[in-house]
Amino acid sequence: MSDRLREKLNILADAAKYDVSCSSSGSNRKNDNKGVGNGHKSGICHTYTEDGRCVSLLKILLTNHCIFDCAYCVSRKSNDIERAAFTVDEVVELTMSFYRRNYIEGLFLSSGIFKNADFTMERLLRVVKKLRLEEKYNGYIHLKTIPGASDELIKEAGLYADRMSINLEMPTESGLKLLAPEKSHTDVIKPLDYVQKQIVQFKEEKKLIKSVPKFVPAGQSTQMVIGATPETDKEIMHTADAFYKNFALRRVYYSGYIPISNDSRMPILGTQPPLLRENRLYQTDWLMRFYGFNVHELLNDANPNLDVDIDPKLSWALRNLQHFPVDINTADYKMILRIPGIGVGSANKIVQARKFGKLYIHQLKNIGISYNRAKHFIRCADSPYQLKDYQATQIKSFILAESQSKYIKTDTQQLILF
Amino acid sequence: MIYIFDGSLEGLLTAVFEWFERKPGYTSLKVDKTYQPDAFTSSFLIVSDRQKSDRVWNGLQKKLGKQWMRRVYCAYLSEKPEAFDSLFHFMSYIFLNPVGAEKNFGNKDVLDISQIATKVEREKHRMEAFIRFQQTSDGFYYCAIDPDFNVLPLIAKHFKDRYADQQWIIYDLKRHYGLFYDLEKVTEITVELGEEKNFKQPASAQLNEKEELYTHLWKDYFKSTNIVSRKNTKLHVKHVPKRYWKYLTEKQLS
Repeated sequence: MSDRLREKLNILADAAKYDVSCSSSGSNRKNDNKGVGNGHKSGICHTYTEDGRCVSLLKILLTNHCIFDCAYCVSRKSNDIERAAFTVDEVVELTMSFYRRNYIEGLFLSSGIFKNADFTMERLLRVVKKLRLEEKYNGYIHLKTIPGASDELIKEAGLYADRMSINLEMPTESGLKLLAPEKSHTDVIKPLDYVQKQIVQFKEEKKLIKSVPKFVPAGQSTQMVIGATPETDKEIMHTADAFYKNFALRRVYYSGYIPISNDSRMPILGTQPPLLRENRLYQTDWLMRFYGFNVHELLNDANPNLDVDIDPKLSWALRNLQHFPVDINTADYKMILRIPGIGVGSANKIVQARKFGKLYIHQLKNIGISYNRAKHFIRCADSPYQLKDYQATQIKSFILAESQSKYIKTDTQQLILF
Repeated sequence: MIYIFDGSLEGLLTAVFEWFERKPGYTSLKVDKTYQPDAFTSSFLIVSDRQKSDRVWNGLQKKLGKQWMRRVYCAYLSEKPEAFDSLFHFMSYIFLNPVGAEKNFGNKDVLDISQIATKVEREKHRMEAFIRFQQTSDGFYYCAIDPDFNVLPLIAKHFKDRYADQQWIIYDLKRHYGLFYDLEKVTEITVELGEEKNFKQPASAQLNEKEELYTHLWKDYFKSTNIVSRKNTKLHVKHVPKRYWKYLTEKQLS
């Protein structure tokens, strides 16, 4: 029996790994029934795979049987792979015994669609109900919403899960139509919207009645595959921005496409996954969520794609040198946050510390800003006097020459004559 | 002037009290175990005093918020001689200045304490992440650790809340004490030094018969969830530094 279980785990963990979401944060579920498990506000990554991604949840599919034939997915109907399915008890046993040994922070349960959406959703629901009600499990649960499942099932699942998610898959409708003709963005939008409305409603009720149960306390997330279809970074980030705004998503994940088939519509097998591009998209995402940038400032018609050799924050600063240099001792917090080389932590420290006296270079370095990068954009108490105004291209080459980037060593930009 | 104390929190707080009593000018704080007398500075031996240390601690609570009190405690748990010295200066600085002085990140001691506390909190978080329990045949969940800092007092609550229905033991091999949870409360335990070597790893005969299966399942899972074409060893080692590999079930061969 245990051999078959190992085999199943191998197949179904392998099939689930392309879902990048592994966060376990945002849940405040307390262990108040003397059971097992207690939410950790910021989440815990229990280990990291050799590709450097965090492992905090047991990420598995209930089954990799699927009635759909989406070109970008390993579990597509036409793909000749081994198929398997867990029973409800097997998933519960795995989760509980891994959790008790502190291997994991919780369960991430997804599934291929077998028979129809409701049938699949109902199975997922049985797993989470058994965990919560029979095993007194209070750890994290991330559950996939199955597009097309009935509202009642989704609502019930939301009472037990901490986070729910549905993947957009392709950043644009046309991209999705190309690779998965049976699907459309509206299939995703409908349940996202439904869950979001329920979250708001439960929260409102909770204000009046204390005993209202939790409903998806860690919110919703989604994922887009990057590089399978020819979208620009602008299209990707504008879609992400719209979803953040419309559905109050906690996270949008960007997953660089890893070639898995010989389909002529997509990059061929053996193509390197676009890791650097993925990294730049995440940086942009962070700038939008934590640094007060508007997506139009970072990506617009004049700059539809992100720079590969420098990060989006530096690239914005170089395009907008009129805002710099910024005086560290007088500028407001919002502007300090926009300086390349200064992050949220350092910006906070700077704003607090300068009330006690002007800040000097050595203090800024100690606080932990990346001074070699920031020095081109700031003035502080003892900044060296500088007569010359450098051009954006010059500053860029100074920074690149000092940087440790494994991607590009020297700036190869051509001289601009006119 | 050099103050010498015994390395306890009580001694550290007493030192602050004594300094304000005497005001001897610039003073550095050293631990008696590692103290090397020098020819030019006079020294003073601090005798830990519960009353004096309580007064300092209560006074500190009036000046600092919860977050900063925790930082002070964390910095103490780092057990580093330079952290003790920074703490000593930080506390005198706080008492000498009006409320709110801890926000001055331009001050070296304030910054030092906040940075040391961050390191200790990171180690605490890593222990919460990297501890791997093994179930013994009599139903205990056991793990031995040797963290960089003395983080057991910080992680007790986390594990008590999380594993409320299982008995567990976490043993610190470096500091020779451990935590034991008996389904009701967490208690500190120590074992004879001679016996301690048996505590590194329970013998396989003592393990629960299902333990091996779950070890294999977990290793399988760790392997299957990796995407080979994205291999990035540098990032992997950054997140899981090699000194922690000995804890991790998934990193053990065989």
